[in-house]
Amino acid sequence: MALVRGNAVVEDPFTNLAGREDIPSSGAIIVDLEQWRANRDALAGRADPVGIRLRSDQPPELIAAELGFLDMVALEFPAFKDGRAYSYARLLRDQYGYTGEIRAVGDVLLEQLHFMERTGFDAFELDSDDPLRDLQIARSEFDVWYQPSADGRMTAIELRHQRGG
Amino acid sequence: MYRYDEFDHKLVAERVEQLRRQVKRRMSGELTEDQFKPLRLMNGLYMQLHAYMLRVNVPYGSLSSAQMRKFAHVARRYDKGFGHFTTRQNIQYNWIKLEETPDLLAELAEVEVTAIQSSGNCVRNITSDHYAGRAKDELEDPRVYCELLRQYSVLNPEFSYLPRKFKIAVTGSPHDRAAVALHDIGLRMHLNEAGQVGFEVLVGGGQGRTPFLAHTIREWLEPEHLLSYVEAILRVYNIHGRRDNIHKARIKIIVNQMGIDRYRELVEADFERIRGSALKIPQAELDRINAYFAPPEYEELEDISGELAALRAADERFDRWVGANVAAHKVPGYSIVNLSLKAPGRAPGDMTADAMDAVADLADRYSMGEIRVNHRQNLSFVDVRQCELHTLWQKLEGLELATPNINRLSDVVCCPGLDFCSLANSRSIPVAQDLSRHFIDVDKLALVGDFTINISGCMNACGHHHVGNIGILGVDKRGKEFFQLTLGGSSDEGASLGDRLGRALPQEDVPLAVEAIVAAYLDIREEGERFLDTYRRVGIEPFKEAVYGPSVVRAVA
Repeated sequence: MALVRGNAVVEDPFTNLAGREDIPSSGAIIVDLEQWRANRDALAGRADPVGIRLRSDQPPELIAAELGFLDMVALEFPAFKDGRAYSYARLLRDQYGYTGEIRAVGDVLLEQLHFMERTGFDAFELDSDDPLRDLQIARSEFDVWYQPSADGRMTAIELRHQRGG
Repeated sequence: MYRYDEFDHKLVAERVEQLRRQVKRRMSGELTEDQFKPLRLMNGLYMQLHAYMLRVNVPYGSLSSAQMRKFAHVARRYDKGFGHFTTRQNIQYNWIKLEETPDLLAELAEVEVTAIQSSGNCVRNITSDHYAGRAKDELEDPRVYCELLRQYSVLNPEFSYLPRKFKIAVTGSPHDRAAVALHDIGLRMHLNEAGQVGFEVLVGGGQGRTPFLAHTIREWLEPEHLLSYVEAILRVYNIHGRRDNIHKARIKIIVNQMGIDRYRELVEADFERIRGSALKIPQAELDRINAYFAPPEYEELEDISGELAALRAADERFDRWVGANVAAHKVPGYSIVNLSLKAPGRAPGDMTADAMDAVADLADRYSMGEIRVNHRQNLSFVDVRQCELHTLWQKLEGLELATPNINRLSDVVCCPGLDFCSLANSRSIPVAQDLSRHFIDVDKLALVGDFTINISGCMNACGHHHVGNIGILGVDKRGKEFFQLTLGGSSDEGASLGDRLGRALPQEDVPLAVEAIVAAYLDIREEGERFLDTYRRVGIEPFKEAVYGPSVVRAVA
């Protein structure tokens, strides 16, 4: 499993606390929604970065008021067929104005990276022999976009009428 | 018709190359079948009983003669020489090789046709009125909005992994030929109190094993907000739609579980947020697309109704054909001609490559090079000079495309059934063939009048049996095929779902049962009543009696 961000494979600075009772006093951590709620004040006041991992049945409105305290939101794809997190990422960017890292975790495949980047994801936990090649393929396949999305790319409609204004 | 510009061409070419790479990855084993399946489905490829089936989109049912010739070429080069037109205005090929598909799609792209999202849990081909742009009762050409929706839905990054498939239909006429109430989203143009054209938006209709008629979610929507509103509906569905059970995953289920009022609240809230976004349709883009659908240059033709009446009086067969297969055009001197793909004994919707070529030639010669596909698996020429009707009729007769049965008893809609489909549990095509052979008396067809029969080989309802005046559903009972009849369905304005008539019948009794229903109808109909009107007036009892009653001589199953 590799963490890809920007154009590089990077070391994950976060420790995932899934299933742990204790919360270490320092270091970047990822908690789930239950852990966040149980330790909300301590986590909100924490000096080191805190990320949250949401299941695909946990929409971002559940943490809308807490986003100012969160350095990263990981959205889970329990199976690649479960497309809820694409909408969650868009809502995080467009509705809640979240500018921190949005990470795709779970069943993340090359074939989805393009759609993920378009909807606002900027980090990916990829299970691949060659994650950078995957990313490069995913980014090179298309350069026409019909829909406006969270990536702000110009749509075909906008490009068609650019000159005329 | 719409023509691709540089952006459209580029995207389709990129999509073909992407599939080429994915097929390579599948062949090398880099992708598992489980991972590959949604990718091939989103390019229209199904694994069927004998081979891959490829479903190719006919965008909102409009085809050029060049596209039809390409379909013929594909049928010869990549299939066994025929194709099958479907109830969603598409064409399917049944004998496709996976490794040849990228080349096949590249050939289709040359004539601006794709298989993008003709399957998969995403927004499918947008369907519409096959008389669009030509119908007398139309407010505006719905295809302009179909094209906007096509572009909006193709490779939509947020909505390519919906809970289930998603079908949108648009009509611009009060007489609904697009079955909008049976779609995930139905859009019906109408005027508001100020006299402006807008859309009634319907949501949550559909057939399958749990049929529902759609609810109105918004009475009137400004056309410029169409994409924003559709996006809001899709987003609420993507987030709230059920993913725990494939049979409960369509939007109709969540709309009816949540209630239309709650669903509307969620959609309206999101719509308010995004209506000012880049989704708002710029007038310049509307104008650009509109220009492609501008009416062709019609000639100023003399009214020839007198001459036509004389020809009809002189030739009974021509008269029957005009009566059943020719429809009114909005321009004087022109007609719409329907080509029946339901000659006696034929598999509904099937067409050979040679017939496709012949139809393309006739379209060039007699109908400005355009062909329409409709959801009852027939074709239409929409710009025929009335003075050429008689000549065209003779040519269509020669091709066995002039059976005078459009919307008549033997114009049976039918899914591919167990002859091809891996989901089916009965052979539906032989039932359709039986019926079209049984009702060959054209005088009787004319006497009975408007009548729709729809057959589905299983409860997935691809033959739309729920909305047939007579619906026929294939069921499996202890390894034997039986057929369950429903009565009173309709997909037009004022749509209704059929009611179950009684116990299922063996195949050989289906034509007899239909015959008995027709006889009962002729017996009790009042002046000017279609079967549907009579059924709605008298209910199901007289027809139950006719099929199962004690006076019925032949015992049915």
